[in-house]
Amino acid sequence: MPSLALLAQSLASGIFIGALYGLLGLGLSLAWGLLGQINLAHFALAFLGAYLTYQLGTAGLDPLATLAIVLPAFFVFGAALHWLFARFAVSAFNSLLVTFGLTVIIEAAIQWIWSADFRRLESHYADIRYRVGTLYIPLPELLTLALAVALSLALWAALRYTDFGKALRASAEDASMAQAFGVNAKALALLLSGISAALAGVAGLCIALSYTLAPSQIYAWVGVVFAVVMLGGLGSALGPLIAGIVIGVSEALTMAFTAPSWAPLVSFSLLIALLLLRPEKI
Amino acid sequence: MKHIFALLIAALVATLAQAQTVKIGSTLALTGPLSATGMIHKVAGEIYVEELNQRGGLLGRKVEWVLKDDQSRPDLARTLYEQLLTVDKVDLLIGPYATANIVAAVGVAQRYNKIIWHHTAGVPSLLKYDMQFPTGGLPADPEVSLPELVFDAVAHAPKAPKTVAIVTSKFPSVHFISVGAREVAKKRGLQEVAWLEWEFGNRDFGAIAARVKEANPDFLFIGAIGVEGLLLVDALRKIDYTPPLHFHMFPAPGPMAKSPAAQRALALTTFEQHPPFTNNPVAAAFVKTYNERAAKAGLPDNAVELQAAGSFATWQTLEAAVNGAKSIEDKALAAWLKKHPVDTIIGTLRWETPSNYMPGARLYKIKQLQDGKWLVVWPQEFTAPGAKLLAP
Repeated sequence: MPSLALLAQSLASGIFIGALYGLLGLGLSLAWGLLGQINLAHFALAFLGAYLTYQLGTAGLDPLATLAIVLPAFFVFGAALHWLFARFAVSAFNSLLVTFGLTVIIEAAIQWIWSADFRRLESHYADIRYRVGTLYIPLPELLTLALAVALSLALWAALRYTDFGKALRASAEDASMAQAFGVNAKALALLLSGISAALAGVAGLCIALSYTLAPSQIYAWVGVVFAVVMLGGLGSALGPLIAGIVIGVSEALTMAFTAPSWAPLVSFSLLIALLLLRPEKI
Repeated sequence: MKHIFALLIAALVATLAQAQTVKIGSTLALTGPLSATGMIHKVAGEIYVEELNQRGGLLGRKVEWVLKDDQSRPDLARTLYEQLLTVDKVDLLIGPYATANIVAAVGVAQRYNKIIWHHTAGVPSLLKYDMQFPTGGLPADPEVSLPELVFDAVAHAPKAPKTVAIVTSKFPSVHFISVGAREVAKKRGLQEVAWLEWEFGNRDFGAIAARVKEANPDFLFIGAIGVEGLLLVDALRKIDYTPPLHFHMFPAPGPMAKSPAAQRALALTTFEQHPPFTNNPVAAAFVKTYNERAAKAGLPDNAVELQAAGSFATWQTLEAAVNGAKSIEDKALAAWLKKHPVDTIIGTLRWETPSNYMPGARLYKIKQLQDGKWLVVWPQEFTAPGAKLLAP
């Protein structure tokens, strides 16, 4: 029988990885649900953000301070990408193809700049952990959880209570009607695309703090994060975080109590179950 | 008219020059998930071909290495090896990196009755073709010989382990060795306190680390490739647990060396850049050149170890066979290799077993990460000067 310490540590581990799933899924979900863009390049952007954090962190900058550079740059990139999509009237399905191409280009650029070899940010954050009874809480993972919760809540509140959020939701529901009420849908879409790309930058910071980087790892996250986005509901701000934590905890408990190799089955089993039982929730 | 004549002469000279070269075809994983290691083989091969041509090439002919990117994909490797033989018309073949791609390439070589050398195929039972020649020093029975070597080494630690946890990735060439390790541990009377498997590409090692900590083994045997082992020891460190002894099957040496969590990790090797390996002047010269070229190529770890040395040994074997057989004809080369051992920087290679793999793990050694440097600590005759296996 596994001990309470094992159960608690596995739960914590699941919550932390789930928070990262949620953070990666947040920008993707908003762009997909509110703008109709399936942005596969979101994963490549997150890894580009991780490599930039690695580069700036290795040069001596505090990893958290790198956000001051990465976030504005990514915001501009995201907005510019959306402007291009709007200019050429790229449909939802075509956005999948175009952003896949963009992912390959970003991966090649990462490999060209940093090589295919593994890169690892050695930061002082990695050495800090807190002990609560028998439970250990590492600071990088705690930061990921805090950022995921804070950003998800902030975006949820913004979408629900601000004019910006109401206008965005109205545009997503009926763009022409929203425009008739004076909503500047184009400006809102640029803003949301910028925010979505900036969120990829934040996820990149969290990846750099906890993981060893290699360009090909971009694709390792796609399946599970897509499952998180679909389980959480397209366009939802809190959904990806909740779905991410559900999947992360399920995976961790599977690893703790059965064969760890069964863990990857969890996310897709949950997705299939939801599709069968509650298809209207997707 | 004069111009046409000059062009014809130039074309004739170019054709003759091409006929004078020996073309050697390969693919490597230059992109995709295996590319970090593929790049090591590229740098090592380029150094060898450059120096080989400075020595006059093969049988007095310059050597041209036709290298293609298989993107870490066996299906693409198979197509590209077909292309190398039918379009590029290469004379000889060297295999790609890693088992799955090598198996694909050997299939093509077999169809065309071509000899093929390869450095990194980890599952000998998958390769039955008699003109495939492994050159990385792997034993014919890695699932027995390699765990035997590992358990021999840890038995000589200051405190020999009595319990073992065997945790492994399901990556094919490491998984079957881990399964073999269970049998070897059992025969040696070690108590197995945990056996865990995860899918290759697993992202989160928190729960696995918690299980290892709960099992609290004297020795943690990690069947991992690339950074998986590092992710696990990182996760162990985050929950304040360090196993007394931990072995990593085929780790990414660079990131491991820089990580505080990985200190004192044990791993397999055939070569490290310290004496007695560098007492061989050929090895010493290669180490010097490789260190410079790897830095120039932007590889974060510039040291010569198992991968780069295995690549170099492959080219040494090819050169020795061509010079020994005085031919580039496939059957003549294969016949020569079957009868003659070849001295390489990783030791003497022989192809005496039915699978052409080495009998026993005599070319393999155990290295340990000590103060950020990989040092061989077992067997004793190959230990780095002053080094010994460290354990709490």
